[in-house]
Amino acid sequence: MGVVTSLGQGRAENWDALINGRSGIHPITRFPTDHLATTISGMVDFLPSSTKGASVHTHHLADLVAAEAIEQSGLPASDFGGPLFLAAPPVELDWHHRLALYAKARSHNGNPSLIEAAREARAMELFEESQFGTIADRLAERYGTRGLPITMSTACASGATAIQLGAEAIRRGECDRALAVGADGSATAEALIRFSLLSALTTQNDAPEKASRPFSKDRSGFVLAEGAGALVLESLESALARGAEILGIMRGCGEKADDFHRTRSKPDGSPAIGAVRAALADAGMAEDEIEYVNAHGTSTPENDKMEHLSLSTVFGERMKTTPISSNKSMIGHTLSAAGAIEAVFSLMTMREGIIPPTINYDTPDPAIELDVVPNVKREAQVSTVLSNSFGFGGQNTCLVMAREPV
Amino acid sequence: MSARDVVITGMGIVSSLGEGADAHWQALTAKTPSPVLDRDRFAPYTIHPLPEIDWGQQIPRRGDQRQMETWQRLGTYAAGLALDDAGLKDDEALCATMDMVVAAGGGERDETVDEAILAASLERDDHDILLNEKLTTELRPTLFLAQLSNLLAGNISIVHKVTGSSRTFMGEEGAGVSAIETAAARIRSGQSSHVLVGASFQTEHSDMLLAYELAGFLHREDWKPVWQRADAEGGGVVTGSGASFLVLESREHAEKRGRNAYASMGPVVSRRTRRRSEPLVAGITEMLDRLPLPQTPVLALSGASGADAATAAEREALSCHDNVALRGFSTLTGHMKEAQFPFAVALAALALHHGNPYPAFDSATEAAFDGSLDTVLATSIGYHCYEGMGLIKRA
Repeated sequence: MGVVTSLGQGRAENWDALINGRSGIHPITRFPTDHLATTISGMVDFLPSSTKGASVHTHHLADLVAAEAIEQSGLPASDFGGPLFLAAPPVELDWHHRLALYAKARSHNGNPSLIEAAREARAMELFEESQFGTIADRLAERYGTRGLPITMSTACASGATAIQLGAEAIRRGECDRALAVGADGSATAEALIRFSLLSALTTQNDAPEKASRPFSKDRSGFVLAEGAGALVLESLESALARGAEILGIMRGCGEKADDFHRTRSKPDGSPAIGAVRAALADAGMAEDEIEYVNAHGTSTPENDKMEHLSLSTVFGERMKTTPISSNKSMIGHTLSAAGAIEAVFSLMTMREGIIPPTINYDTPDPAIELDVVPNVKREAQVSTVLSNSFGFGGQNTCLVMAREPV
Repeated sequence: MSARDVVITGMGIVSSLGEGADAHWQALTAKTPSPVLDRDRFAPYTIHPLPEIDWGQQIPRRGDQRQMETWQRLGTYAAGLALDDAGLKDDEALCATMDMVVAAGGGERDETVDEAILAASLERDDHDILLNEKLTTELRPTLFLAQLSNLLAGNISIVHKVTGSSRTFMGEEGAGVSAIETAAARIRSGQSSHVLVGASFQTEHSDMLLAYELAGFLHREDWKPVWQRADAEGGGVVTGSGASFLVLESREHAEKRGRNAYASMGPVVSRRTRRRSEPLVAGITEMLDRLPLPQTPVLALSGASGADAATAAEREALSCHDNVALRGFSTLTGHMKEAQFPFAVALAALALHHGNPYPAFDSATEAAFDGSLDTVLATSIGYHCYEGMGLIKRA
């Protein structure tokens, strides 16, 4: 497992912050915030790549977590020998580069001049930054993953889908192991503005660490964030054969697409319900076998309400007493990386016997009756976890993880 | 034959040549197939433009059409054609259990806003504040959704009710290869019974040309066949707008609902050749060696982009097999990026369905095909990276 978030680099730093209820949300310093409604984020600002644009930063984040995960797995550092599944944000040529090219253009007639300037500059770095396959190509080169790497997006469910793709490839017998990475370093001004225009972001700028309040009555939107998570997935047989330490079991994956609306979910929650049930069925588990839920819990009015509706439909009365917490209360919403990061934290929850809290839970929402592990960590033996990931475009993906093999 | 063979039971293809399987068959088997070109709009670059499309035929609600830009509309439209063609269009139950793999890039930016920012950037130095100022006030809120890669799949779910699952692969031609490869593997292993898979590409937008031209990939002289651009100005790629969506099913699933298939999918292989250190010809040859190519004549629907190095390497590698007759369809459609491999597979299946080969698209380079059509090779060698190919066989 590998992880980087605004809380720090690596499993140890992140876990320590997470169980102590520390928030990584802070004022934006990467670019000026004039004219912006939201001026806080969970950006990863402590890396040299933090100011180098979305593509370079995402690559660096992915690289760090891949290295940490492979190191822990005990597999060779540069000859991984299985496929790579990378969840990453869509890429575009960075505005700074766009404007720099234009400044040097021979004429200034808008986009045609920009294209001409691009041709004459022949800046391969910029070309690669604008290619969707570049980051995976570089990771594949460095870690010796096998075959054509897959870069994918299912919006905010991407990280979970990358894990699902890896698990499915192993089950098909195509490989003994797979590297699943979710990385997102795309918190540019334009990204922030795009989400802001959709009214998805909170504007509680005054106390950044208090802004992400999943399941609270006064939740007002998510906090844009960056980070990365990685898992080395392996068939149980192969892991046992080489005497590897087994960190957890990916028991089941489930998904269901929503056809209701581009950003809103079907009012009856049926697609999310379908995804949870599909994951349980895939895991061969009954509803009452889930001991903890790692929530999608974005802190938007809509998501948290729908997530509660879906879970209480599947789990019934039992949901009121099943612990559920949202890592996003501390790290914000890491978009393409969220599902992978939260899978890492789910596995650590089982290994450490500690459930990270949902912080900023001061004003419960009476319509959402859940045990959100409010504000303070809880020691608990957890042997199974459900991790939810939902995204724009009707994406719903759920993972069921377990401490021990069946 | 096995119950889990992968068969192609529907296709929705659009290019400058027209829309649908029949229109393409007519255009591509004409005595001398000729391209549809727009030389002026993006001069010095020639492109193959979209044909006139009545979007309402596949996207009935105007509200849905308005939520998308052309790239998503085109993909959603082609997906509808494929579902129609497979007899699944209004089968709610089968659409609700249908899996989906889409290969996608990004959608169209707002060119007017971008150009306003470019112009203003020459007048002032506080570029970051300029960006905040312009983007917060001038961007259309819903445009973001029209740009998001996974929202093509999202729109297909909304418009056509395909909701079994939804995955979007990114990464130029390689994404198209992986999409087909993964969809077929899912069916063979029993993970899926029926899958909608495909991609669309809309080149009539500055950003789509910019992405190629950052590395000088575009051809800048008048149009020439894809194999003949090496000595011309520019990098050899002529782009085209288009889309290809396929319905893949297990043989058992198709037979149960009484559908005839265009063709069946044989093995698909893919590769990441380290092009800086390894000759691409060797990489392509290695892929060909992994495929059970017959000794009898083989028609090859090549997705060659025209990019100088990759196109020459593909031709060289394939020319070692003297039973292979090349058909570089980008000569007539232009390069459709993520849609290249799905399009190659569609054209291969179409030829098998008709039991006839295509004539040479470039008679100076491409040999006549003489033999019976049992197995067709479909290739997509990325203009910059990633390669894939597969065999398509009689149903």
